[in-house]
Amino acid sequence: MFVVDTLLHRLKRGCETMAYPDGPAPALPDRHGGALRVESARCAAGCDACIGVCPTEAITRVSGQSVALDLGRCVFCAACVTECPTGAITQTGDHRMAARRRQDLVLGAPNHAEVRLAGELDATLRRLFGRSLRLRQVSAGGCNACEADTNVLGTIGWDLGRFGIQFVASPRHADGLLITGPVSRNMQLALRKTWDAVPEPKIVIAVGACAVSGGLFADHPEVHPGAEAVLPVDLHIPGCPPHPLTILDGLLRLLGRLDERRLPPVAGRSERANGSLPDAV
Amino acid sequence: MSGATLLALLPNATSLPWRDIPAWPASEFVQVTAAALARGARLCSWFAVPEESGDAVQLVAVLAFDADNTLAVGRSTPVRGSYPALTVLHPQAHLFEREVWETHGLTPEGHPWLKPVRASAGEAPANAPFFTVEGGEIHEVAVGPVHAGIIEPGHFRFQCAGEEVIHLEIALGYQHRGIERALAGGPHRRTLRQVETIAGDTTVAHATAYASVLEALGSGEAPLRGQWLRAIGLELERLANHTGDLGALAGDVAFIPTAAACGKLRGDFLNVTAALCGNRFGRGLVRPFAEGPDVSGALVQQVLGNLTRALADVEQAIAWLWDSASVRARFENVGTVHRAQAEEIGMVGPAARACGLVRDVRYDHPAGWHRFAQAPVAVWPGGDVFARARVRSLEIQRSGDFLREQLVAAPESGPADDSPASTGDTLAVALVEGWRGEVCHVAVTDAAGRFRRYKITDPSFHNWSGLALALRGNAISDFPICNKSFSLSYCGFDL
Ligand code: SF4
Ligand code: SF4
Repeated sequence: MFVVDTLLHRLKRGCETMAYPDGPAPALPDRHGGALRVESARCAAGCDACIGVCPTEAITRVSGQSVALDLGRCVFCAACVTECPTGAITQTGDHRMAARRRQDLVLGAPNHAEVRLAGELDATLRRLFGRSLRLRQVSAGGCNACEADTNVLGTIGWDLGRFGIQFVASPRHADGLLITGPVSRNMQLALRKTWDAVPEPKIVIAVGACAVSGGLFADHPEVHPGAEAVLPVDLHIPGCPPHPLTILDGLLRLLGRLDERRLPPVAGRSERANGSLPDAV
Repeated sequence: MSGATLLALLPNATSLPWRDIPAWPASEFVQVTAAALARGARLCSWFAVPEESGDAVQLVAVLAFDADNTLAVGRSTPVRGSYPALTVLHPQAHLFEREVWETHGLTPEGHPWLKPVRASAGEAPANAPFFTVEGGEIHEVAVGPVHAGIIEPGHFRFQCAGEEVIHLEIALGYQHRGIERALAGGPHRRTLRQVETIAGDTTVAHATAYASVLEALGSGEAPLRGQWLRAIGLELERLANHTGDLGALAGDVAFIPTAAACGKLRGDFLNVTAALCGNRFGRGLVRPFAEGPDVSGALVQQVLGNLTRALADVEQAIAWLWDSASVRARFENVGTVHRAQAEEIGMVGPAARACGLVRDVRYDHPAGWHRFAQAPVAVWPGGDVFARARVRSLEIQRSGDFLREQLVAAPESGPADDSPASTGDTLAVALVEGWRGEVCHVAVTDAAGRFRRYKITDPSFHNWSGLALALRGNAISDFPICNKSFSLSYCGFDL
């Protein structure tokens, strides 16, 4: 009976893949908060409140300069947002936060309140990878949550395959690596061997605070402070872990597959219907 | 059974002054521990506490007498050099003793397989040489650390005769990032955040254990509503992971309907957790001494609605799995761990319950909200892939029932304790039944109340040996479904 049963059930449910990026992006969970925004002009004089509460030392201040919040180290605990007396640090509700250059994630300087979002690969690489990108994932010292939310992109709700992006078993079939974890010393050899086995030209994508900066473990002697300490990184995707939507946005951005003129505006926190749960994705 | 032991007894999620923990010279301490284990106790944790100066350490054992609903703890007087191994008498100690040896240089004399657990050889774990089987027909298969797929790193070394696996050695350590070492001297500002990432898919269980340890050390409690929320989060974590793994198991035997449905449904459960605290993995859900995020009645109703829909879909997707004779045939009599083996190596969680062992912290050692609300323990005999999948599908039903019942039974908000400081020279222990099994945290404080030693035992630490045993006599091609049926954590083991 189960054959008929399953077929009927599938028919009833229809296609469960989200419309994005042709339709609107699914909403982040209400309490997620999204990317941070830092307007250091609003900082109270001599205030260091946020620096003292951050669990990853993501916020620093060189004396005389404005605060610098490194979204690449941030684990999005919102402690600084709550602590800030003047509302200089706020949550934008925006899922987009992938950047090409590490310094694009450091917020707080004048004219740099928000992440400078990633641009696309150069024309040659885009021609090669734009419609077909094969990635080898290497997990190197993280907690497996970044891996889990990367894996989610393969499920029917997201269907990463429709963009020609696929995770492959052999580095020899890959166009690049997607790295999670701070790169533990114990994974150094395996990571290098995997990298060496990927044919040129190749790219590296760092997913999660760990891979971008070392995250919560940055100063541990057992690990490197992120993938960039051992390999050149082409795309940094912040989060602990990044929401699947943030990862997908980063990948599509890199491949030049997001036509933002055609995309409806991203629903900011305040504009979203009050209290409604996100569509299950 | 606990009545006859010389060890100090204490309930789960409580503390004892260090001086009240009985101490024996190491060789006697091994005998006392062995006697308790022989009387039916389990070894939850075994570790060393370094002396403030010098290279001597004190060994500590934390045991559980499940039938008596009590834990027991004992220690050795300071010891250095070597002592007679407990592993010789009780194999469930084998990894613990290797760990103490690699960290503190204390040799368990007579340990049959003394090699590092996660220590580094520079760029890779120091895990060679491997156990080998000799013979003309024998060949060796090496898999990992980098696997095909999006999975954590580990190395599997199979000794095979043709298709048949004679022996499997599992060598880990690749995810080692020094969490336990960094906890000494704590709690630090980042400690809770780090604890939440011991195993990212077990955030709520580890964070709850940590919070319970702090609360036991501070002789305080979280407000009831906080305890309730932890219990809710714990079951959501179980639902998400069990659902995802049943889907993956279906995928491994090419049964696509369940694989596709469960892949998505797992996300639905994660999204429910995110609705409560903003993070799909429950980061920020558990706060020591506190209620945690504010959960209004309206939010509960929304959560209940989404949960009910997802539960109905899961029930259907899993029914297809059990309805399919081809799936049942692939799961049955594959990867069997016998009940006696499971007891001997100290297996925990659903993997142990699938060998017919009734052990579940929520039931045996209730703490927090589980003192007021319990779900029946899911047990299945057989010890094979089928039994492990079966137990997990039963647990999905029971977690669902528990949530539907408890979500509408939220206690009132109450005033929070103002995070009292930890007592000095004290040992606190907390067990939590995570979705893989028993999560055990033990803290020993110094005179000032800081962590002198903080010991974390993820259920995977007990259960990896079970996977190795499950493979014996099986075809190597069945490794994926055996592995998935256990679904153990690498980072939780590697710390
Ligand atoms: S939200 Fe990010 S920057 Fe702010 S305190 Fe938390 S980790 Fe630090
Ligand atoms: S960034 Fe956060 S979620 Fe990702 S691996 Fe590191 S600790 Fe885990």
